[in-house]
Amino acid sequence: MRWLFIGLSLAFLAALLLAPLATVFATALQKGTRAYLRSFADPDTAAAIRLTLTTALVVVPLNTLFGLAASWATAKFEFRGKSFLITLIDLPLAVSPVISGMIFVLLFGLHGWFGVWLQEHDISIIFALPGIILATMFVTFPYVARELIPLMQQLGNDEEEAAITLGAGAWMTFFQVTLPKIRWGLVYGVILCNARAMGEFGAVSVVSGHIRGLTNTMPLHIEILYNEYNFVGAFAAASLLTLLAVMTLVVKTLVERTGYRRR
Amino acid sequence: MSFRQPSVLPGFELTLGFTTFFLSAIVLLPLAALVLMTASMHWSDFVHVVLSPRAVGSYRLSFGASLLAATINLVFGFIIAWTLVRYEFPGRKLLDALIDMPFALPTAVSGIALTSVFAENGWIGRYLEPFGIKVAYTWIGVTVALTLIGMPFAVRSVQPALLEVQRELEDAAETLGAGRLYVFRRIILPTVLPALLTGFTLAFARAVGEYGSVIFIAGNLPMKTEITPLLIVIHLEEFDYKGAAALGFVMLVISFVVLLTINLLQAWGRREPVKAAR
Repeated sequence: MRWLFIGLSLAFLAALLLAPLATVFATALQKGTRAYLRSFADPDTAAAIRLTLTTALVVVPLNTLFGLAASWATAKFEFRGKSFLITLIDLPLAVSPVISGMIFVLLFGLHGWFGVWLQEHDISIIFALPGIILATMFVTFPYVARELIPLMQQLGNDEEEAAITLGAGAWMTFFQVTLPKIRWGLVYGVILCNARAMGEFGAVSVVSGHIRGLTNTMPLHIEILYNEYNFVGAFAAASLLTLLAVMTLVVKTLVERTGYRRR
Repeated sequence: MSFRQPSVLPGFELTLGFTTFFLSAIVLLPLAALVLMTASMHWSDFVHVVLSPRAVGSYRLSFGASLLAATINLVFGFIIAWTLVRYEFPGRKLLDALIDMPFALPTAVSGIALTSVFAENGWIGRYLEPFGIKVAYTWIGVTVALTLIGMPFAVRSVQPALLEVQRELEDAAETLGAGRLYVFRRIILPTVLPALLTGFTLAFARAVGEYGSVIFIAGNLPMKTEITPLLIVIHLEEFDYKGAAALGFVMLVISFVVLLTINLLQAWGRREPVKAAR
């Protein structure tokens, strides 16, 4: 029984998870390390990496700020409609990535609500960086908040209340009392948000317009290279994102080892 | 009853205001645009789009493959969770950490990787080919991709519930002569059932909307291997915003129903304490 279960689990995970992961690196390196490294010299690949980094650099801090505000408001206070608010924060997780991108096209696209106005004023959102940022922000919206809300609720308010009663200011209480308590949860939330932001495909695909060297993020560039049968290039770019995912899981494991557990 | 209970802590107005503003700007207003766009359609146009043969064909694939994938995850989610919770073997911690991989791995990466593994000349595909089983570019491939992305939801739902099963009850039952299957049916299953169903629903919900990992491994042929999210993208690329919005609206409504089911299941799981079989 024991070995049957272990065997079945291993076989399932090997076929679905390990084989695909190994194939990423095997294909990326099939023509040698030199071809692998050369694929990153391609200006379009470099541009895609830059765009992905820029997007994450805007999205992750904003969603972190939101996560901190949302968790403070919902974990420290009791008010009417609180659980409804938390449900709404989770909403993007239930929405298909394609819909997450489409809603911004409906708003800002050429035939969307503000399309004509935007065109008259020469502002491009869809098929440009702002659209990519908006769609990515929508998709990664709940990650930091979801990590922090249960953590803060579990830790309680006693220490904060003591600090305030003893005369500490609001910011001092937050930075000296709350932040040290939640730091590991915050680290994991931010890392996960970042991995999602850099890897988002569906939502960004809808708003990007796929302009090479301009509006292609890493995942979109992988698609283009793959469809052109440039497998080394596609899987080389994919290997970078795979390493990012592995690093995310390593951080998660380390964070859990510090004693912080999800729920 | 006042809006909020009194507290000495500061920052309520600031943080709640920021949260509500940001949530409205990024999430609620854009989603409202989708609903408004659909509402501005004539009823007959709406029906024409959402019940067109091509749309119905895509629902059949999206929902059929998602149901199948969620069912596979129901079974293997339990097996994997059981293995991780009950057995000690070398590499167990590594395996446990790997479960979250599909969460962290970009869908485009899992899409191209699965396709090359299951293609005719791929590492696994080449052994299935002689049996006449084609995975890549068929509905089987779609199911494989949807199984992968739903797997962590199933495992992570069941794991904590399995930890709660009281081993003493199992031991007592076995001492009293109960068979393995009887113990499973009367002690283990009742404890983990809400978690199993929650995992199933979460995996299903995630699978229905999935796009990135599917479009590489699906053949994307209309009526055959075209998922609903792809059909939405095709409408958008033809600048048929209303058609896209209508299909998106249908998917959104289904997501809400699924989300509601999850909440009800979780409430059920909380209410049902660890109960011994009578």
